Amino acid sequence: MNKILLKRSLAPQVGLIELEATDISKKALAGQFVVLRIDQHGERIPLTIADSNPSKGTITIVFQKIGASTRLLDNLKQGDSILDLLGPLGRPAHIENVGTVVCIGGGVGIAEIYPVAKAYRKAGNRVISVLGARNKDLIIFADEIALGSDECHIATDDGSLGRKGLVSDVLMDIMAREKVSLVSAVGPTIMMKVISDITKTSNIKTYVSLNPIMLDATGMCGVCRVTIDGKVKFACVDGPEFDGHEVDFAELMSRQKLYLDEEKKAVERHCSSENPDCRCKT
Amino acid sequence: MRNKPRLRSPKERAKDFHEVSMGYSPEQAKEEASRCIQCKKPQCVTGCPVNIDIPAFIKLIVSGDPKGALNKIKEKNNLPAVCGRVCPQEDQCEKMCILGKKGEPIAIGYLERFASDYGTPSPTLPLAKGERERSDRGGKVAVVGAGPAGLTCAADLAKAGYNVTLFESLHGPGGVLSYGIPEFRLPKKIVNNEVEYIRSLGVDIQYNMMVGGIFTIKELFAKGYKAIFLGSGAGLPKFMRIPGENLNGVYSANEFLTRINLMKAYLFPDYMTPVRIGKNVAVIGGGNVAMDSARSALRLGADKVTIVYRRSKEEMPARIEEAENALEEGIEFRFLTSPTRIIGDEKGWVKSMECQKMELGEKDESGRRSFIPLQGSEYIMDVDTVIMAIGQSPNPLIGNSSPELSREKWGGVIADPETGQTSIPGVFAGGDIVTGAATVISAMGAGKKAAEAIGRYLGQSMKDEV
Repeated sequence: MNKILLKRSLAPQVGLIELEATDISKKALAGQFVVLRIDQHGERIPLTIADSNPSKGTITIVFQKIGASTRLLDNLKQGDSILDLLGPLGRPAHIENVGTVVCIGGGVGIAEIYPVAKAYRKAGNRVISVLGARNKDLIIFADEIALGSDECHIATDDGSLGRKGLVSDVLMDIMAREKVSLVSAVGPTIMMKVISDITKTSNIKTYVSLNPIMLDATGMCGVCRVTIDGKVKFACVDGPEFDGHEVDFAELMSRQKLYLDEEKKAVERHCSSENPDCRCKT
Repeated sequence: MRNKPRLRSPKERAKDFHEVSMGYSPEQAKEEASRCIQCKKPQCVTGCPVNIDIPAFIKLIVSGDPKGALNKIKEKNNLPAVCGRVCPQEDQCEKMCILGKKGEPIAIGYLERFASDYGTPSPTLPLAKGERERSDRGGKVAVVGAGPAGLTCAADLAKAGYNVTLFESLHGPGGVLSYGIPEFRLPKKIVNNEVEYIRSLGVDIQYNMMVGGIFTIKELFAKGYKAIFLGSGAGLPKFMRIPGENLNGVYSANEFLTRINLMKAYLFPDYMTPVRIGKNVAVIGGGNVAMDSARSALRLGADKVTIVYRRSKEEMPARIEEAENALEEGIEFRFLTSPTRIIGDEKGWVKSMECQKMELGEKDESGRRSFIPLQGSEYIMDVDTVIMAIGQSPNPLIGNSSPELSREKWGGVIADPETGQTSIPGVFAGGDIVTGAATVISAMGAGKKAAEAIGRYLGQSMKDEV
C-alpha cells in the first residue's frame, strides 16, 4: 500500500498525485516510470515519474483522465492509498552534455518532459523548452519548467496562451534561428512523429518517449513491442525512450488502438452515472 | 487397474474456468494407494526431483491418514497441492514405478494431490503465534522471485532458521503458477494456500520489488543480506520473427495468459484488464503453455481453436493428459505445420496466416525428429487471433544490472547444477533462469539444492568470521 500525500487537479482532465514511495524516490531517474494498481480489480497502469523527492521519500505522477482506470485514480483523495506501486521501470532518458537541447512536451507529456529538461540543464546544456496543448487550461507545469530552462515557449491550438499553433511550428522557428544539438519530445504519438519527421531532414538527434499499451511492464508479455530500425523492442525494458528517427510510428499508432472498444465498456461499467454500481462519482 | 480421477465433462468444463479434474474421492484414494507394493528399494523416489518418501506417504493414505501423508510429503516438498496437479509424473516418479513394467503405475500424482486437498487444515485459520517469528540465527538471505524455485528455496531456508526476505516483482505470489497456469488446471486458491504455509514459516514476502531495478545484487549485499538466491524464471517471450507478428490480434502466450490468470480478464469488465479473443484462434506451439492458451481461448468463447505444431503428435512436449483434455474439449490440432507470415486487414488486425507444411527428418540433438519445410506447400489459414506459445527465455533484467553475473549466450545464468553457485560468491541461482523454460518440479528441486548449498556457504562464512 502506498499513501497519497497530495492530490490536486492541474487542468480539467489532468490530475497530480504525490505518493509515498521511499525506495523508488531514491532510485528514480528522468524518463523512468512506475506501474500502479488502485485495488484488487484494477489494471496495471503505467505512468511516468514526473518528479521524485528522495529526502521526503515521495514521487509525483501526473495523469490524464482518459479511461475508467484513470477516472478511478482521480477519485482518490489525499490520505487514501493505492494497492500496488512498482518501479522505477524502464531505462532512464539518455542525458549528456551536447550543447543546445530543445525539450518538447505536449499535453500531459509536459509533466513527463519536466524531469528530462531538468536533467539536461543539470548536465550543462542550454535548454529550450517548448510546451504545447489545445488551450491555456491544459498547459501545466509552465512555471516550474520555465524556471528550469534557459528559454521556455508555449503554443496552444486556439492561441489562448503563447503562440497560436503547434509545438512543431515553434521548433522550426528555433531551428531556423540557431543550431540545435538534440531534441527530446514527449507527448501524443502523432506529435512525436511530426517532430521526428522535421528533425530528420536536418539530421538532429531526436529522442521520443513512447507510450504503447503495457501489461506487466517488466519485459514479460511483449504487448508493448515496437519496431525500432526494423527490430522488435519492448518499450517497457528497452525503452520507453528511443531514437525518433528509427521508430515505426504507424505501427505504434495502430497498436495503441487495440482495446478502444473494451475501454468504452469499462467506462460504462465503472463510470457511468446511469449505472447503480458506478464506482466513480464523476 | 489404476483408478481414474473424476473429471468434469468436456462440454461443461469448456465453458468456464473452474478446475477440470476433481481428483480422487477418499475411497478412490485408498483403493489406489492399496495397489502400492511398498518396495524395499523404491525406484519412484529416485524419479522425484525432491526425493519425497513416496511409499511412506502412500502407506499413510492406506491407513486413512491424509494429514499424516501430507506432513510426510512436506518434509521434502513445500508445494504438494501444486505438484500433485502440474508435475509431469509420467516422466518422473510414475515412470520408475515397478508396477508400470507389467501394468499401470501407481497414480502418485493424484495421491499427492489427494493428501494435500484432504490433509490441509482450513487455510482461513489464523497462523499460530510464534509460527511467524523470524529467526535471526543464521543471518539474512534474499530470495528473488516468488515462483516455484524461490518459494521452495525460501521455505527450506526459513525451516533451517534463516531470516528470509522474498522479493517478487509482480503484485502477487506464485510466479508462473499464478500468471501462467490457468485456474482450470491449478486454482489460484491452491497457490495462495501454499504461499500462506510458506509465510507461516516466517518468510517475509515483498511484492512489487523488481530486483535489478529497485535494488541491484550489490545493493542487496549492502543491505545486510549474506546470501542471495535468484529464481526469477524465464519470463521473456519468444516470437517467431515472421512478418505480421506485430499486427493487432497477435499475442505472446505470456501476455494472453497473464491477462487471464493474473489479471482475471475473463471477468472483464468487473476486473478492469481486458482481453480480446476472436472467433478463429491459432495457437502456435506444442507444449503445455500452448495447451493452456488454446483451452483458455476456448473458454473465452472462441468458435474454433487450432493448435499449430511443426512436428508430429509424438514429438509434442505437452503432457499427454493435457493434450487429451484439450482434444476432448474440441481443440483441433494441425501437426507438421508452421506459420510463415501473418496477414493483416487494412485496419492492422490479423485476418489470416500463411502456413507451410513440414515433414519429419532424422533425430536431432534434442532427441526429437527434426522437421524439414516442404517447399511450395504454403497455404492460407483463416484466423483472427494468433497466440505464440513457442517458449520463453530467462528474464534478462537482473543480469543486465549485474555484469559480473556470468550468463550463457542464450541468456541463462551460469550456475553449478549441484549447488546453484553462480560466478558471484554468495549468489546462487536455480530454476528457469538457469535452465530456460522447464518444469515446476525441476525448479523446485533446484531451489531445494540451493537452499542446502546456501546453508553450507553461510555456515562456512560464519566460521571464517570467528
